[in-house]
Amino acid sequence: MTQLDYILQQIVNAVSLGSLYALVAVGLSIVFGVLKLTNFAHGDVMMVGAFGVALLAGAGVPFPVAVICGIAAAAVAGLLIERIAYRPIRDAPDVARLLTSLAVTYIIENVGILVFTSSPRNFPLPDILNTSWEVSNGAITFTSINLLTIALTFVSLLLLGWFITRTTTGLGMRAAAEDMSAAHLVGLNVNRLIIVAFIVASAYAGLAGILWAAQAGVVQPQMGFTPLLKAFVAAIIGGFGSIAGALVGGYILGALEIFIVAFLPSSVSSYRDAIVFAVLIAFLLVRPGGLLQPNREIKL
Amino acid sequence: MATPSPVLLSVENLEVNFGAVRALKGISLDVHAGEVVALVGANGAGKSTTLRTISGLSRPRGGKIIFDGKPIGGIAPSRIVSLGIAQSPEGRRLFGGLTVADNLRLGACTRTDKEAVGRDSERMFMLFPILKQRLKQLAGTLSGGEQQQLALARALMAAPRLLLLDEPSLGVAPLLVRHIFSALAELKRQGMTMLLVEQNITLALDLADRAYVLRTGQVALSGRSAELRDSERVAQAYLGEAT
Repeated sequence: MTQLDYILQQIVNAVSLGSLYALVAVGLSIVFGVLKLTNFAHGDVMMVGAFGVALLAGAGVPFPVAVICGIAAAAVAGLLIERIAYRPIRDAPDVARLLTSLAVTYIIENVGILVFTSSPRNFPLPDILNTSWEVSNGAITFTSINLLTIALTFVSLLLLGWFITRTTTGLGMRAAAEDMSAAHLVGLNVNRLIIVAFIVASAYAGLAGILWAAQAGVVQPQMGFTPLLKAFVAAIIGGFGSIAGALVGGYILGALEIFIVAFLPSSVSSYRDAIVFAVLIAFLLVRPGGLLQPNREIKL
Repeated sequence: MATPSPVLLSVENLEVNFGAVRALKGISLDVHAGEVVALVGANGAGKSTTLRTISGLSRPRGGKIIFDGKPIGGIAPSRIVSLGIAQSPEGRRLFGGLTVADNLRLGACTRTDKEAVGRDSERMFMLFPILKQRLKQLAGTLSGGEQQQLALARALMAAPRLLLLDEPSLGVAPLLVRHIFSALAELKRQGMTMLLVEQNITLALDLADRAYVLRTGQVALSGRSAELRDSERVAQAYLGEAT
């Protein structure tokens, strides 16, 4: 295996991991944009999507159908969270909204543990997605699920790009994120925009959850916590509330994590998460608005 | 006006509170179809609050707002735009991260007739030619005067029957202020009904048919612009409690 092959391999890994972070972070940013709320339950929506697929595919439903149902289940979960938990406190002080968001997370995770127990269950991935591909005489290998992650992320982010730059609803969501009063004044139905934002963000979370579980091979009620935390870091690096920022932040974080492990001695790379959070702190100090929004302060 | 045109907007005894502060203490005013009416007065007199409440951004505590015969007090802002009231707000409040074209498109978001919207875009480019050159540019990168023109055009894209204007001269270079007010005069000539809030009382009274002078949340006096222009009581109203 040559040096170049090794580097290429790590790049594939970084893009694959970054894609997952980007998918989750984009959803966080969409919701934060219209509601100015950090939706901690976003990770649990991922879990809903992954469990939906695990249960359906486990019961014999064809995998692609199960995936579509899982994404739909995640979207419905997001819709319900907005309707039941967030809408009644939309105008409440920030602290109340933040605590509500945390409470929703705990409620969903604990219900998940009650129903499914906290022990991991198998995620039934079809064999075709479990195969590995070898390039340049086996120097580089990637699994089909790696490729699928990259491809699906690419397609879904293109779709999102079209949505937020070409459709009135998507433009309206960005407008409301910038200036809520002005959005009201041009006649945008802000209530409807918030509902659409939750559906879109949650569908992306569902997809991310499914891909995450597929790579891990298992599902578990608290599986959303780690990706949520990482996506949060990614969103802050890119500029919280900015969809493009979340995307950039996701890929930067993915690359950072993979490259720390790949290229630094193990005595250093075992501190991977500490290094990542040190980078986050550095960003908060030097560029609190994130890469793409140098002049904006974040408010959770 | 020999035969007065019908009343388009009628505000009766409007009261608005911000917490414990009584921002409007019972304001009444009328705007007839085709008329330009100015709201003038010192800072904090309640001019912007009046416009915000008509647009549905603030809830009235008391009183009535009647537009085209229907009460609209307290209904959703998007419904009010659909009914035919658009506002160009103070400080312009453009969507700075969106292009000029997208700002205009959102201005028309309550409308479904694409052809009519297209015709109105063309009208905007006649009225404000600079916008046509800036279509792909982000609104936040425009100059103050260009932004004000875009704010007016965005409001007009809703095809309103009543246009609310809050401080169209604020933060705009003097030369462009003249340009903007000549555009407003052109709109008036075309029959647009407007309710104008403006710090610059000379500009306001030159454009408006009638004016209301507000002082600490109440109408201090009102009348035809020509009469108010020479009135010492206008100056007194501005000075506040001195009378």
